[in-house]
Amino acid sequence: MEPRVAYLWLIPALPLLAAGVGCVAPRNGRRLAAGAAIAAMLGALVLSCFALHLALADPSAHLVYNFRWFDLGNGAVRLGLLLDPLNGLMCVMVSLVGLLIFIFSLGYMDADENFTRFFCFLSLFAAAMLCVVVANSLLLLFIGWELVGLASYLLIGFWFHRPAAAAAAKKAFITTRIGDLGFLLGLVWLYDTTGSLLLYDGGNGVLESHVLGDLATQVLAGGLAASTAIGLLIFCGAVGKSGQFPLHVWLPDAMEGPTPVSALIHAATMVAAGVFLMARIFPLAAADQGLAAAPVHVLTVVAGIGAVTALMGAAIAVAQHDLKRILAFSTVSQLGYMMLALGVGSWVAAIFHLLTHAFFKALLFLGAGSVIHAAHHEQDIRNLGGLRSPMRATYATFSVGMMALTGVPFVFSGFWSKEAILHAASEWNVSHLPLYAGLAGVVLTAFYMTRLLCEVFWGAPRSPAAAHAHESPAVMTVPLVVLAVGAVALGFLGTPAWPWLQSQLTGEAVPAHSLLEGGGLMALSIVLVATGLGAGWALYGRRLRATAGADDPLAAAAPRLFAFLGARMKLDELYAATVGRLNTFAAALAVILDRWVWGGAVGFLARFGEFTGSVNRGVDEGGLNAGFDSISERIRGAGRAYSRAQTGETHGYLRALAVAFVVLALLALLGGGQ
Amino acid sequence: MSLLPWTLYLSAAGALLALAGGMRSARTARWIALVTAAGAWVLTLLAATRFVPGPRLQTLVDAPWIPAMGVRYHLAADGISLTLLVLTGLAATAGVLFSWNIEERTGEFFALFLTLVAGVYGVFLSADALVLFVFYEVAIVPKYFLIAGWGSTNREYGAMKLALYSFAGSSMVLAGLLWAYAAGGGHGFGFEDLAQATAALSRHQQIAIFALVFFGFATLAGIFPLHTWAPTGHVAAPTAASMLLAGVVMKLGAYGCLRVALPLSPVGFAYWQAPIAWLAVIGIVYAGLVALMQEDLKFVIGYSSVSHMGFVLLGIAVANAQAVSGAVLQMFSHGVIAGLLFAVVGRMVYDRTHTRKLADLRAMPLHRLLPFAAAVFVVAGVASMGLPGFSGFPAELTILIGAWKRAPAWAAVAALGVLVAAAFTLRAIQLSFFGSVEQPQPPGSDRPADHALHFAPITVAEKAGALLLVAATVLIGLNPDLLLNWINPALQSPLLQAALKAGTP
Repeated sequence: MEPRVAYLWLIPALPLLAAGVGCVAPRNGRRLAAGAAIAAMLGALVLSCFALHLALADPSAHLVYNFRWFDLGNGAVRLGLLLDPLNGLMCVMVSLVGLLIFIFSLGYMDADENFTRFFCFLSLFAAAMLCVVVANSLLLLFIGWELVGLASYLLIGFWFHRPAAAAAAKKAFITTRIGDLGFLLGLVWLYDTTGSLLLYDGGNGVLESHVLGDLATQVLAGGLAASTAIGLLIFCGAVGKSGQFPLHVWLPDAMEGPTPVSALIHAATMVAAGVFLMARIFPLAAADQGLAAAPVHVLTVVAGIGAVTALMGAAIAVAQHDLKRILAFSTVSQLGYMMLALGVGSWVAAIFHLLTHAFFKALLFLGAGSVIHAAHHEQDIRNLGGLRSPMRATYATFSVGMMALTGVPFVFSGFWSKEAILHAASEWNVSHLPLYAGLAGVVLTAFYMTRLLCEVFWGAPRSPAAAHAHESPAVMTVPLVVLAVGAVALGFLGTPAWPWLQSQLTGEAVPAHSLLEGGGLMALSIVLVATGLGAGWALYGRRLRATAGADDPLAAAAPRLFAFLGARMKLDELYAATVGRLNTFAAALAVILDRWVWGGAVGFLARFGEFTGSVNRGVDEGGLNAGFDSISERIRGAGRAYSRAQTGETHGYLRALAVAFVVLALLALLGGGQ
Repeated sequence: MSLLPWTLYLSAAGALLALAGGMRSARTARWIALVTAAGAWVLTLLAATRFVPGPRLQTLVDAPWIPAMGVRYHLAADGISLTLLVLTGLAATAGVLFSWNIEERTGEFFALFLTLVAGVYGVFLSADALVLFVFYEVAIVPKYFLIAGWGSTNREYGAMKLALYSFAGSSMVLAGLLWAYAAGGGHGFGFEDLAQATAALSRHQQIAIFALVFFGFATLAGIFPLHTWAPTGHVAAPTAASMLLAGVVMKLGAYGCLRVALPLSPVGFAYWQAPIAWLAVIGIVYAGLVALMQEDLKFVIGYSSVSHMGFVLLGIAVANAQAVSGAVLQMFSHGVIAGLLFAVVGRMVYDRTHTRKLADLRAMPLHRLLPFAAAVFVVAGVASMGLPGFSGFPAELTILIGAWKRAPAWAAVAALGVLVAAAFTLRAIQLSFFGSVEQPQPPGSDRPADHALHFAPITVAEKAGALLLVAATVLIGLNPDLLLNWINPALQSPLLQAALKAGTP
């Protein structure tokens, strides 16, 4: 038991505190909010380095600190903190890339009137992400996960006055939440079966062998093991968050957020959370591997989804015109590679690629941000061009990122991590389809990145905005340089010749291999990279785009395919026509039910009440009352007759009196006469 | 603990004082109401500090009331009632703060308001079914007058619909209780007496009695499809009344289901369990879908209340330790969050803009004009979506865990409701506060749009009320044990255990 693990909570707590400061800071407290955010990230980085140091002292150990959260009837919900090389590395990566992006934002968001709020949200995001990373409990991980989603919503919709940004924020939140629904149910199921959500708990954690054994041997209907079902449900969450097919649609739209957000959240960290999650629960996902009779294995599904995503993302990226969207689909594709690696059983290769990708993709996005900042928010690559000479630092660093992403051999980190993935895929004994998808993706990646680089930086400026562009301030270029160094150097941590990263992550010594071993595959992928680069250069570099309105050479060659890819394979439209319409229909049906059936039932009861009331009234008045009424009517009639006599008029009385007198007199006379 | 009955007396006395004070000035009535409501809340908190959680109802007062019928004025509390008493105090205090701007017949308003609060305290304290029923009726009457007298949109209709549903529900309850009472030979209305009496009846009779009492109470808890009074009633009610209505009065129904109906006949409950659970989960998704289509912001909140109360009913129907404790936690959570949402919509927005139509609100840059209200609404919306950090998360999670244990399908459909909740909440937030597409203008320039629209700033009373409620939901969200430590031991009572056993196959 390492007592220092208990202090891991400080790593997410520092940015959370900074978010609190940013939240209460007045709108013009820019220095306060940004200062707090950057200081907190620096603190988190220092602590993360200590944590990593501690974790590397014994790479095979899982240091944990578990505690009770709340009482749950006949048990307690427990949370915990975990430290091992995997999350030690993740902590350092997230806080380092985060810190660089925070610094870059000082420059990028300088003119924004909501600067304070921006840093508040960024800090909230960093806190949530670090919470995901340090969790030793799937529940704590889920808590961070949801808060990451919230921060992402707030940041994508940061410029909510743009309808597109508001819509994108909502789409991102809802789409990822569809995946989270599966994740949540997976957690509930897991808790119900094992009574715990702790990953490591002295032998009782859900990733520890005897619990896993129970899960894998519990067979449900259809021969499915409990661990398969739970693993697939949790994987749903990863599909949503990591932009995997078919829930990838939110990620390109998320580019509506400010560019540092795209770099931090939608390239380097949050979208990697799904990959991290699957690497974290890898023993659970792999628990069903031994069951030959199982109809489906978790990892097979993961590999399939990853392969489809890797290829699809790269293909769509070829036909986009928006600078950030190309990078977004490239992210989708690279995340697919990571999932593919996980699926074929090499979570270490996935994490290796996650780390290198975090650096070079953050670099590319921040480079794009630098371009967009310089070109007054022009991000259509057809309208850019010629930025090579005015923006030398951006161009140089962006090129490093581009070469790292395409996997230019030996020097760049992306080469080594992608090589590790392809190598793992080639050794997978289930199918070689993922390998082929991965190799095809390599060509496409090299192709679309060459296109991007040529269109943006080469040739002559094609719009006034591009013509007036100038290099960004040092506060923005220095983070680019640091990231570029990372994008190169990080690769050497995991080469086959010196597999330091692999040994540390697995906690076992991984033997070093000569580069020549498996050299055939490496040579093939080098050839493929060269093919992609050459094709890109042939189409876009040799003859540079002359005007913004000129046709894309590829569009001219294959207009229908280009349009199909440009429209993102029409998947958004497909969802709108199916899921979207179903939802609208269900909601409309519910409203109709509420208004006409339930409301109508009440209305009917009310009418029925009124009706019975009027019937009663009729019976009452016409029937029961009639006899009584007629009697009383006669009495009243008689009374009326009598009352007519009493007219109250004196002369009437006198007249009557006179008449009576005359009558009486006549009677007397007549009677007297007898 | 012995302080608790004074919440009831204090609120009733406050009602009279507010009426008298209102004849002097509106200001006097307000302060009387605030002091009374806050005083009663402080009493509940003081009682809570000395509360020793345990399985039994701890008797506070027990005196014969109608000796000929065996009715006793028996007040008692356990962890479940204490949770709801604290909620009542909080909601009442916040409600007074959000009614600070009532100028019309202020004394009468607060008198009715405090009478309602007194009735609610009474229900949560009663340990005799007839006394509980009497307080339940006491709570219904002022509700009608509050809506009819101070409400908005279609208030006579809303008030009458609500009153009719309430009385229809309570007459079912009364019929069921009298049946059980008569079956027991008229010994009394204590919960245990009634349970014993019912147990002696035939299975069919028990099923009928249970249905009468449970659905009678569940009507007020907004069970699908007897929920339609809730949105119209909430919308028509003045802000403080909607806060109490959604926040506390709907809990009366759920509390009645848990405290009276379940122990009354475990046999009847076992028969009705699955239908109730399905109605609850259908209600969660269905009300969420209806909320998605509403054009009136208050209707969105009204339907969201029905959806969230579906979780409470599901928790009660599932009837295991996790689900029931989650249901009580959700009652507290929803009481606070719904109060907050209604406060923003009814008081902060409607009293200033005089519209709740999303289409109208959309045209106003409300986030700029009312930034505090916007921030509170976002926080309340996030809490309402069940995000971690707020009380809804542990509550709904606990209910889902419990429901999964009993029937995974219920948990799966209910979880779908969480997704729908995210959809309608985000839609409401974006359209109401962030709908204006007005471009931000460079600093120093005139902002004609902002000058054209000017709203009174958010008052201190509103800020205080909002912060109280936000603090409560965050506090419980971070440390649900504060309440669960009271609730869980109460589930060990023999009466509830019998019901829980009946609900577990």
